[in-house]
Amino acid sequence: MAEFVMPSLGSDMTAGTLVLWRVAPGQVVKRGDIIAEVDTDKGVIEVEVFVSGRIEKLLVGEGTHVPVGTALAVIAEEGDPRPQPPPAAPRAAAPPEAEPAPARSLHSPTAGAPMRQRISPSARRMARELGVDFSHLAGTGPGGAITRDDVKRAAAVEPPAEADARTRMRQAIARAMTRSNREIPHYYVAHRMSFSAALEFLERTNADRIPAERLVYGALLIRAVALALCDFPELNARWENDALVMSPGIHVGMAISLRDGGLVVPAILDADRLSLDQTMGALRDRVERARRGQLRASELSQGTVTVTSLGERGVESVAGVIYPPQTALVGFGTPALRPWVVDGQVVAKPVLGMTLAGDHRASNGHRGAAFLNALEKLLSQPREL
Amino acid sequence: MTRSTYREAIRLALATALEADSRVLLMGEDVGRYGGAYAVSKGLLERFGPERIRDTPLSESGFLGAGIGAALGGLRPIVEIMTVNFSLLALDQVVNNAATLRHMSGGQLGVPLVVRMATGGGRQLAAQHSHSLEGWYAHVPGIKVLAPATVQDAHDMLLAALADADPVFIFEHQLLYPTEGDLDPARGPATIGQALVRREGSDVSLVTYGGSLGKALAASDELAQAGISAEVLELRTLRPLDVEAIEATVTKTHRLVIIDEGWKTGSFSAEIAALVAERVFYELDAPIARVCSAEVPIPYAKHLEDAALPQVPAIVVAAKELLGRG
Repeated sequence: MAEFVMPSLGSDMTAGTLVLWRVAPGQVVKRGDIIAEVDTDKGVIEVEVFVSGRIEKLLVGEGTHVPVGTALAVIAEEGDPRPQPPPAAPRAAAPPEAEPAPARSLHSPTAGAPMRQRISPSARRMARELGVDFSHLAGTGPGGAITRDDVKRAAAVEPPAEADARTRMRQAIARAMTRSNREIPHYYVAHRMSFSAALEFLERTNADRIPAERLVYGALLIRAVALALCDFPELNARWENDALVMSPGIHVGMAISLRDGGLVVPAILDADRLSLDQTMGALRDRVERARRGQLRASELSQGTVTVTSLGERGVESVAGVIYPPQTALVGFGTPALRPWVVDGQVVAKPVLGMTLAGDHRASNGHRGAAFLNALEKLLSQPREL
Repeated sequence: MTRSTYREAIRLALATALEADSRVLLMGEDVGRYGGAYAVSKGLLERFGPERIRDTPLSESGFLGAGIGAALGGLRPIVEIMTVNFSLLALDQVVNNAATLRHMSGGQLGVPLVVRMATGGGRQLAAQHSHSLEGWYAHVPGIKVLAPATVQDAHDMLLAALADADPVFIFEHQLLYPTEGDLDPARGPATIGQALVRREGSDVSLVTYGGSLGKALAASDELAQAGISAEVLELRTLRPLDVEAIEATVTKTHRLVIIDEGWKTGSFSAEIAALVAERVFYELDAPIARVCSAEVPIPYAKHLEDAALPQVPAIVVAAKELLGRG
């Protein structure tokens, strides 16, 4: 048995409304089939099933608003024991080993469509406002309908949804990354550059600054990415409904790993319009608030591109997984001393590895390569940043 | 402030209008020598003479048409029709003339006509004298439809109707004529298009008009004994309808029972229910309930007539069901 759960369709999504079932109990589904439509802040999204099997039971009625992770349906996977066949029909004609009847159309009047949960319009709205999950509430209104009073009572006793935040974050990451690798045809281009000009610039700039005002090279990377993207809009975009949609602003999301194993990607809005010092301030602010767990949901959903830097981890490069629905992720390794050829001589230079993971639906490797070259050019002239 | 019956209050308003404005006249079947089928105009013939208190032949289309003509000619006629059932004979005059002339003349012609008629059942007058068809009239743009339920409104709404430049229809429930209440004759014309909360409540709204107001108030008394606080909203005017007042009471109590003596199908109660669903759907905490007349010609036999009309116990049951206490 497998559960079909309310998916997280974006890291900011905590709950969604099941709008439509496209299947009925008993229907056979295969992995990848779209079986439901879910309403999120971003619109109605078709949701596919991850396992093949037979819909055993629909647990949530259409129109129900439930938290992410709530089981919506039970699916008997292939190989699961079939439920006992119904008692032998009086008509001897039916052979006992007959296949179950083909799934009936959802629109046929006899289809076992789930009964919509009875809840008054006003109670439904109140539940949404108070964040009450009413899927398991017992109603006291006419016909057992859930009323405003029922929701109020539930809101009074419902514990804050703090249970195992860490697990839920891991699950959210898992869903986003799984979706990315399933849907996005990634391509990768990698490049290396001498980082000495940048590091020298930082050293000079920071020499007469107090620690709180010093620049770190991560700010240079974000600033350079934001500027480079101005000429590569297809890398600062979304792939939606079989079409490329350019994002109106350049909001650079920066991957920040948390001490408990979590990962958040708060965005720096309109990063192309910030000075280097402003970028540094934003970077410092996001990191501090991420560590304190005080990021705003909007910051987690507004990124239009992601930068990940494994700076302190001592790796040469990182080829990342694009964060849907974005179309690009820029990865930086650790700048480290490496043999580097200057004017025909091998010298030791700090070398930075950078990688672009691109959505091949949105752009081609040719453009990706040009982007990394543009990035190199910007980072080689740090004073211009 | 005096005590008065509903009938006397209308008579007082008629007399006041006849006294104050020589253009005002009353006409209809038996309004003169007989004093009106419901004795509303008793004594007015003697006081104001046959020129202004005119008995008409049994021809609704004819005398309502005459009223329209008189209004066009500059008079302020009040036409009494014995019951709403009979008014159907004059429906062409209402829909095609009274309601349309201002529009069709490009605003050059107004029809300042007042039409009064009895409506409703409960007095064993059988199927041709007992129906509630005011909802049909409320369907028609170009006229106003009033349904006074109190002694004060019976008086003040007639004055308001006379002051209006367009045709106004007043529906007087026949059970109301002998009812008594306080009357302040000096309060002035009522505001057309204004509903009033007759009793404040918080759990359920009873929305009604005309002859059902008393039943709604009695039901709210009974509900109060069961610990249910019912608000009673009296519409008073069916056209123009006080939609804001309906929205307000539903937004307050989140539950709605509509009491309408008309039949349910295609009725005025259906209009209210539709408006609420359109405008304040998300305020509803229970389905909308309607208490209406049974879908039969109103019977003559007392027990059958009682069973056919909306009654207090049915209102109480409907309200309790909305609270899950059915």
